[in-house]
Amino acid sequence: METLLRLLQQDANTSREDLARLLHLSVEETNTRIAALEKEGVIRGYQAIVDRERLDKNTVTAFIEVRITPERGGGFDRIAQRIAKFDQVVSCYLISGGYDLLVVVEGGSLREVASFVSEKLSTIESVISTATHFRLKTYKENGALLTSDLPEDRLPVSP
Amino acid sequence: MEDKIATHVRDIPRSGIRDFFEIVQSMHDVISLGIGEPDFVTPWHIREAALFSLEKGRTGYTSNLGLPKLREAIADYVARKFHLQYHAPSEVLVSVGVSEAIDLAMRALLNPGEEVLFHEPCYVSYGPSITLAHGKAVSIPVHEKDNFQLRADEMAKRITPKTKALLLNFPTNPTGATMPREALEPIAALCLKHDLIVLSDEIYAELTYDGAAHVSIATLPGMRERTVLLHGLSKGWAMTGFRIGYACAPAPLIEAMMKIHQYAILCAPTMTQYAAVEALENGDAAVAQMRGQYELRRNYIVSAFHEMGIPCPTPRGAFYVFADIRSTGLTSREFSLRLLEDHKVAVVPGTAFGADGEGFVRCSYATSLAQIKIALQRMAIFVAGLPRRAKPGGRRGATPSLSLQVL
Repeated sequence: METLLRLLQQDANTSREDLARLLHLSVEETNTRIAALEKEGVIRGYQAIVDRERLDKNTVTAFIEVRITPERGGGFDRIAQRIAKFDQVVSCYLISGGYDLLVVVEGGSLREVASFVSEKLSTIESVISTATHFRLKTYKENGALLTSDLPEDRLPVSP
Repeated sequence: MEDKIATHVRDIPRSGIRDFFEIVQSMHDVISLGIGEPDFVTPWHIREAALFSLEKGRTGYTSNLGLPKLREAIADYVARKFHLQYHAPSEVLVSVGVSEAIDLAMRALLNPGEEVLFHEPCYVSYGPSITLAHGKAVSIPVHEKDNFQLRADEMAKRITPKTKALLLNFPTNPTGATMPREALEPIAALCLKHDLIVLSDEIYAELTYDGAAHVSIATLPGMRERTVLLHGLSKGWAMTGFRIGYACAPAPLIEAMMKIHQYAILCAPTMTQYAAVEALENGDAAVAQMRGQYELRRNYIVSAFHEMGIPCPTPRGAFYVFADIRSTGLTSREFSLRLLEDHKVAVVPGTAFGADGEGFVRCSYATSLAQIKIALQRMAIFVAGLPRRAKPGGRRGATPSLSLQVL
């Protein structure tokens, strides 16, 4: 199951026939296993990985450190879930250390992200402070190196 | 000048793989399944160790036998993985790849005319390395019906009073064959009976599949004292260009091999010896990760051949499949050349690995899955266009058009 999941995480578009060949299973068995993983909620969905910069040069990603006042009874959860519901928020994590939430936000421009922070995020009552860091360049994304490591220079045939 | 070349060198035929290499190199956009080295770049922590040794200015010679720290790491690794104990200061030698260690062992052991047995199809250097050491190379054919394992009865037929040694390579390049303990036992018994030395090239030991654990012949009773265990970092750790191999053997033989090594080579490169220490001490996870990738690709390639109706035993080691193309009516060279010229896919004719490789082609899966998929798609078109001869026992799979649709 682990191998099947890893293959799907690498490329969810891999055909069922190819998955069956890779795993030495029948196509039926492969389908059954995937259906089971979907039913158990292990597989939550299938998405395209989009390089926004290629689509729109102005796309920005911001990593926002948020300090909040925890609530009696609810801790950080209620406020974190509230922040996570915004469409602009790509990821939201509770973090140990100097601040509480790390919020990853994507937007069409610097202005758009800035206005989200100042108008939506900062104005939430429990939010004490925010610090916004904009991404300048990506070297690795979801485990994939975006800068090529070495050129392909193997001999075309070798013993 | 030709007449000045030593006879035993002149008489070595030109390598079949070399010819093929030149044809492939002259073409563009070829997908090659002909490559006998990992497609992975050496894991970063190992490359980083080589860089670190340079930064520290470790640029001198090492001891002839190799860095003491590396020999310790080798002895520890061999104890951990092969369950064999070697004394690092006297029973381990670091060489420039396994190829050098084979040459050293041959030259250290052979008097002119003594015979060395080896199984064929095999890696291209075995016969010549015996000849170059003035020995007589005696090949033992292995067959598909035996999963390309070496059979004791075939071996026994070729033992003479002049037989000195047996050269083994399991898992095997080019067939991917492995030898479980019960298959090695009768071979070991023959070596004990006839007092033969075993040179065991176990370079693919880490790359075994379907849970098949590698067994070294040196672990069988009475064999450690007559076996030269030859291994290196090239395949399992994706370190071909680092050129680090090693030999583990009883001290008198290591001493004799060292005499040749110190005058011919002096020592293996220092920075790559440091990298090898890192690989052996901390490389298990990276090796396992690459092994997992190879296994998936192997599954894919074997399935695709079966769908084409090309029989192809499922190899349990190395990173090659040896596909049986006899039903196409072509020789392995014709098959390989036409596939290359008409469909731009390079495989290696089985005959490059000995005459007994006729009827087979070697396909390496040390190439990205994306490339393998395209190569097999092209191969399916090629095979579908050939008139087929029915072959008893040959598996017929889905029709080629169907396999193309799903590829």
